Amino acid sequence: MAQLSLRNIRKSFKSVQVLHGIDLDINEREFVVFVGPSGCGKSTLLRLIAGLDPITEGEFHLNGRLMNGVAPSRRGIAMVFQSYALYPHMDVYENMAFGARLMGLTPQEVEARIAEAARMLQLTPLLKRRPRELSGGQRQRVAIGRALVRKPDLFLLDEPLSNLDAALRSEVRLEIARLHQQLGATMIYVTHDQVEAMTLADRIVVMNQGRIEQVGSPRELYERPANTFVATFIGSPRMTLIPVTHAGEQLTLEGAGSVAPGQLPASPDGRLTLGVRPDALAITRATDGDEGFAASVIYTEYLGDNAYVYARLGDGTQVSVRTGPDVQFAADEAVTVSVRPGGAHFFSAEDGKRLVA
Amino acid sequence: MSTASATASRKAMTYGDRPGMLASLGRDGLLQIILIANTIIMLAPIVIMVFSAFKTTPQIFQAPFSIPDFTQVGNFIKIWNETNFLRYLLNSFFVTGASMVLILTLGTMAAYAIGRYAFTGSSFILMFFLAGLTLPLKLAIIPLFMLMRDLGILNNQLSLIFVYTAMGLPTTVFIMTGFIRSLPNELEDAARMDGASEARIMWAIMLPLVRPAMVIAGIQNVVPIWNDFFFPLVFIQNDNLKTLPQGLTTFMGEYTTDWGVLFSGLTLSAAPIVIIYIVLSKQFIAGMTSGAVK
Repeated sequence: MAQLSLRNIRKSFKSVQVLHGIDLDINEREFVVFVGPSGCGKSTLLRLIAGLDPITEGEFHLNGRLMNGVAPSRRGIAMVFQSYALYPHMDVYENMAFGARLMGLTPQEVEARIAEAARMLQLTPLLKRRPRELSGGQRQRVAIGRALVRKPDLFLLDEPLSNLDAALRSEVRLEIARLHQQLGATMIYVTHDQVEAMTLADRIVVMNQGRIEQVGSPRELYERPANTFVATFIGSPRMTLIPVTHAGEQLTLEGAGSVAPGQLPASPDGRLTLGVRPDALAITRATDGDEGFAASVIYTEYLGDNAYVYARLGDGTQVSVRTGPDVQFAADEAVTVSVRPGGAHFFSAEDGKRLVA
Repeated sequence: MSTASATASRKAMTYGDRPGMLASLGRDGLLQIILIANTIIMLAPIVIMVFSAFKTTPQIFQAPFSIPDFTQVGNFIKIWNETNFLRYLLNSFFVTGASMVLILTLGTMAAYAIGRYAFTGSSFILMFFLAGLTLPLKLAIIPLFMLMRDLGILNNQLSLIFVYTAMGLPTTVFIMTGFIRSLPNELEDAARMDGASEARIMWAIMLPLVRPAMVIAGIQNVVPIWNDFFFPLVFIQNDNLKTLPQGLTTFMGEYTTDWGVLFSGLTLSAAPIVIIYIVLSKQFIAGMTSGAVK
């Protein structure tokens, strides 16, 4: 069990600042996912928490104790690395025993802990194998097992699934979720895959360019994204952002028509960014006098239970619309795209922040 | 038996049937011939050395390539009786062994520091070591002689060990630094999370992984040190301290040389290195090819 608080954490490598003041609290037993595009600083933040890199500025408390400058092994943290980082010259048992022995446990205790971890992760028949004799999924389990035997308060997982194939990925994802329930430890999980973030997290921390964009439950992030970055990062296919001007109830896109999606937020200069997810858009063949934006179809993507239609609006903005699987549009067909009531998000045209209607 | 030959002939059929096979067979065959020829050229001097060890000097000049009577071990007996052979052998082992221990210990530690830790001047230190590669040490023999004299270790095996260590460090540091740098950082991080100290990370995690490179660096250095004639000749006069190559010159007179005895001495002196090489060759090859395949 661990409770973390990060206060104004900054990190610079030489003159380049990569983290610009991170404030974050993580509660006991929480499963928190750091998500963001590559280079956003999420792995760096994880390494600062682990103690592998020094914090340039700011304070990190773990269970109320200041952790700046404390050696990684004294933080009660275990980490699972992206490349697994198993010791290649040791068998599975020795890999798990290495850290446990360094904790000063008795040989009996070490053996008991390894036996328990091996049972939980179905590694018992593999204990005498070397890492190179294991498959990717098995190596991943050994890496998790190595973390388990240290019985840490806090697990850090750095993109643990990125080296696995798609089928195995969902399997191990499930296993990690099950482990979290079983152990009740705090877990911090770094990924660039928003599906992993959405499925595993109690709370997601969306990062971009060394800053936190938004912290919230998967549902909050999906339903009330704080800004255009979060809005487009979470959800697949991504939310379409349409720059519009508004007069009264009408939102107008130059050269494409206008829509009236309901109550609108106030905006000083009459400009807004309208954000709509594929499921909140409707698409019909163009007829005269439709309310909606005129668009031309680029491509229809058939997925079995539904289909996505990609279309280009008058000003060149590309939209994606979810439709039923029977809908067929030809390329370059003229269509009208309209917004379903309640499905619109509004963002400031200036800074991309969410505007409340 | 019959099924085996049937499969073999079927295999031969498909082998010949495949288009382009003959062409690639021709190229591979040529490569094989070149490699076999190369092997013969490389092995011939060693074979002649071993053959000559069992011949008398007149026999060597009459029929240098003939196969000798291997029961005729007079040369070996002569070496045993007329020289301090065992003494020389032990001296060679001592000097080479001590130099190798120093080279590998110091070289690996230096390479580890240069390869794994970022500190100002690390690349300068590496360049400083590498500069040693470009230095013809034998040119410095006179200052070295005076240095050893002033240190009071002329006629002392320490002088050899120091010179060999200095000679061996550049290549060792060069080979080891490159290898150590190629090891993944995450291994080190993982060990650090496990609570290992810096010394333990080096000893328990990194060193086992760089063993192939250590074998390469070792072989690279052990052969010239074992065979060195020049430095013992200059630094050592006491017969009890002579190394093997130096001691064997007893049989090389100014006017006459007992070639048979000399060759049997050379055979004995080459044997330990050949044995070491054969024992370590698996690791050596592993070291040369590691990094080629992940």
